[in-house]
Amino acid sequence: MWRCVTRGLRSHSWKTSKISPISSSFSRLFSSDSSYTVVDHTYDAVVVGAGGAGLRAAIGLSEHGFNTACITKLFPTRSHTVAAQGGINAALGNMSEDDWRWHMYDTVKGSDWLGDQDAIQYMCREAPKAVIELENYGLPFSRTDDGKIYQRAFGGQSLNFGKGGQAYRCACAADRTGHALLHTLYGQAMRHNTQFFVEYFALDLLMDDEGNCQGVIALNMEDGTLHRFRSKSTILATGGYGRAYFSATSAHTCTGDGNAMVARAGLPLEDLEFVQFHPTGIYGAGCLITEGSRGEGGILRNSEGERFMERYAPTAKDLASRDVVSRSMTMEIREGRGVGPMKDHIYLHLNHLPPDVLKERLPGISETAAIFAGVDVTKEPIPVLPTVHYNMGGIPTNHYGEVVTIKGDDPDAVIPGLLAAGEAACASVHGANRLGANSLLDIVVFGRACANRVAEINKPGEKQKPLAKNAGEKTIEWLDKLRNSNGSLPTSQIRLNMQRVMQNNAAVFRTQSTLEEGCHLIDKTWESFHDVQVKDRSLIWNSDLIETIELENLLINACVTMHSAEARKESRGAHAREDFTTRDDEKWMKHSLGFWENEKVRLDYRPVHMNTLDNEVESFPPKARVY
Amino acid sequence: MATTLLRRSTTFKSSSSSPLSRLILSRLHASESSSTKSSPASSSTKMKTFSIYRWNPENPTKPELKNYEINLKECGPMVLDALIKIKNEIDPSLTFRRSCREGICGSCAMNINGCNGLACLTKIEPNSDSSMITPLPHMFVVKDLVVDMTNFYNQYKSIEPWLKRKNPPEEAGKEYYQSKENRKKLDGMYECILCACCSTSCPSYWWNPESYLGPAALLQAHR
Ligand SMILES: Cc1cc2nc3c(=O)[nH]c(=O)nc-3n(C[C@H](O)[C@H](O)[C@H](O)COP(=O)(O)OP(=O)(O)OC[C@H]3O[C@@H](n4cnc5c(N)ncnc54)[C@H](O)[C@@H]3O)c2cc1C
Ligand code: SF4
Ligand code: FES
Repeated sequence: MWRCVTRGLRSHSWKTSKISPISSSFSRLFSSDSSYTVVDHTYDAVVVGAGGAGLRAAIGLSEHGFNTACITKLFPTRSHTVAAQGGINAALGNMSEDDWRWHMYDTVKGSDWLGDQDAIQYMCREAPKAVIELENYGLPFSRTDDGKIYQRAFGGQSLNFGKGGQAYRCACAADRTGHALLHTLYGQAMRHNTQFFVEYFALDLLMDDEGNCQGVIALNMEDGTLHRFRSKSTILATGGYGRAYFSATSAHTCTGDGNAMVARAGLPLEDLEFVQFHPTGIYGAGCLITEGSRGEGGILRNSEGERFMERYAPTAKDLASRDVVSRSMTMEIREGRGVGPMKDHIYLHLNHLPPDVLKERLPGISETAAIFAGVDVTKEPIPVLPTVHYNMGGIPTNHYGEVVTIKGDDPDAVIPGLLAAGEAACASVHGANRLGANSLLDIVVFGRACANRVAEINKPGEKQKPLAKNAGEKTIEWLDKLRNSNGSLPTSQIRLNMQRVMQNNAAVFRTQSTLEEGCHLIDKTWESFHDVQVKDRSLIWNSDLIETIELENLLINACVTMHSAEARKESRGAHAREDFTTRDDEKWMKHSLGFWENEKVRLDYRPVHMNTLDNEVESFPPKARVY
Repeated sequence: MATTLLRRSTTFKSSSSSPLSRLILSRLHASESSSTKSSPASSSTKMKTFSIYRWNPENPTKPELKNYEINLKECGPMVLDALIKIKNEIDPSLTFRRSCREGICGSCAMNINGCNGLACLTKIEPNSDSSMITPLPHMFVVKDLVVDMTNFYNQYKSIEPWLKRKNPPEEAGKEYYQSKENRKKLDGMYECILCACCSTSCPSYWWNPESYLGPAALLQAHR
């Protein structure tokens, strides 16, 4: 019935195609039971990741005529972008007058003045164009009565620089916007001749001696062969690392691989201490209930039935920025006003909304709530809890998407050949706290920006320097060691330890002592990774090995997160310290940079870009952030 | 039909499980209702056996159903939770696809107790003491529960699933207006997650996967 036996006969036709002379020498490198086939490829550009950011970049590159490869560990439409529910922000002005500058103001304020204003300006100004482009691609947006794209209210969005009340800026396709977006982009990508390498797991960057990026090395999960992709430009779009925490809205595959690849290449990760907790993850399951549910009128209530957000955010109430709502909920629970037998969560009420609104605008979450919380949203409230949701931090880039680092006294030194976009990147448009529906925007705008930047710098078919003979050799040794690791701790055990430490010690509220303990514990967990045990030694679909590599990647992200958080002695956006309760612009208005050196975290800092791109808008000076 | 085919192509691990496997077999022939018998409730443990299809291409013996027993009291409610628990605690080599765990990515399609479904949305049946999990039927198996989806994806591609306009836009970069009524026509047309549950449960697709596109691709083509 399953055609397993005949399968072996289906030949891997490419195998014969491109094996370079080097590959044979590689195979001989490991004479024991482990020999690896290495296949070499050359492309103008390689995109790692096929979520919204990766696909948008790949489409752009192909449109510009670049011979493009897109490597992804998941079939494109399985990427986590598919799970996004609420929508995508753009000042289209379909519901009321709107202006991209107002959107920019909200984003700067939402970022708690840690966002780079040039990048934010770029994103908000491009937003209407980007959304209309998606609509032209065929994204099935919900509609208004006069046929325009429907836009809903979302957290942290205002009119007229915070003075004009709630903005309706979030364009959506019911509560399945991410799904619609990803499938639409994948359709477009198939129109072009982008080469997809599906279920290929990128392992490391290939860097030359001068610090330029020359491509990536990846593992084909289907047959265990290794592939060196040489390319003039490499674009990382590998998504976030939510799975470093115990309870997250992210998929099992959100393991920060791109971040870790960058860290292993000696480059920094920026602002990882800023981890967003979404106010409404389903209690227990962790699945997300979109902020759009509050945008459509949903209300949070405590055990006394009180709409407590009125106390914490008198103007924006339930639609205050996410960090504010998450903290308020945590305060309510701490003060004994949580609901349920353990008084450890909060209720989200949608049952006062008309059933047809729920059906038209929130069909997906009605279903999710029924399946994962056993709740009929038309009758009962949904049990919710702040849940890890998004990583504001990531690979530092400028507003073109080029990866930057500090070199000498240049804090914006570009790494030639390397770009990043999406949740993996830190442009930084989200600063210390991302606004809902700004991420889908981020991924399409900066995915496209990367493609445009490559087109500015390079030409299709340009000659490339050969790879060093031993490029990728270290990676293969490392892979081989992991595959044969014979320690005493199963991957799942170390992963659980890490997730517990992150959940307990880098939570919604943080103190010096929890963070110091956290640093100690996470370093220990890293050390215990040397004692990891991999049972499956095979090469074909070895998910034990893949999960172990992902665990190492997560651990690197987790270590940098904890150490950056310990060092930052202020409260800003999602980083809320109980011992340093205010924002300290004088000392801390700067980006943290975490380097992974000799298996330890080293911290450095670079300034926030307060400047805008041009005189279309003036920079917004820091002020107190109230909702 | 699926169940008879199932029996033909799998051998049971004889050592630990012969009584159990007999039980599974009888269950397969029994009707749904008569097969559910409630097990004695004990507070902290409630064991259940999962018989899972295993096949490793690097050691290509015959595929087998392997039994794993877990405590449902320490496990999430969904079949995917059980698979992850088994992988984490009993056998890390057990291989299956998963990502979102909320029924939106379409990775975890498999055959559970004779029906195709998403493991992350299928509740573990609490009242029977065993369940059988096998790959999507009639697909090439890559390893354990992972099947080769290439043909399915190519069929999707073959219908050119992107928006085509009868009258191309006069100027680029402008929004098209669409009425609420016309938008409603798309409801039920765009939610597919390409999990292949439907196509692989269709006999016509089993026998002619090269020529019949299957429901998923046709749904998209209809749009
Ligand atoms: C439940 C949920 C709801 C959300 N809702 C919204 C919303 O309403 N609005 C909004 O703006 N944002 C929302 N977000 C956030 C937003 O969806 C994500 O931040 C965004 O989709 C990330 O896109 P991405 O392209 O960067 O990464 P992803 O979509 O995560 O894609 C990552 C890609 O990288 C690939 N990859 C990763 N590692 C490797 C590797 N080692 N080798 C090869 N390939 C690799 C994967 O295969 C995948 O294709 C939501 C997030 C979640 C979790
Ligand atoms: S139409 Fe088929 S492939 Fe699409 S979601 Fe439904 S069962 Fe899955
Ligand atoms: S894990 Fe995504 S659909 Fe089941």
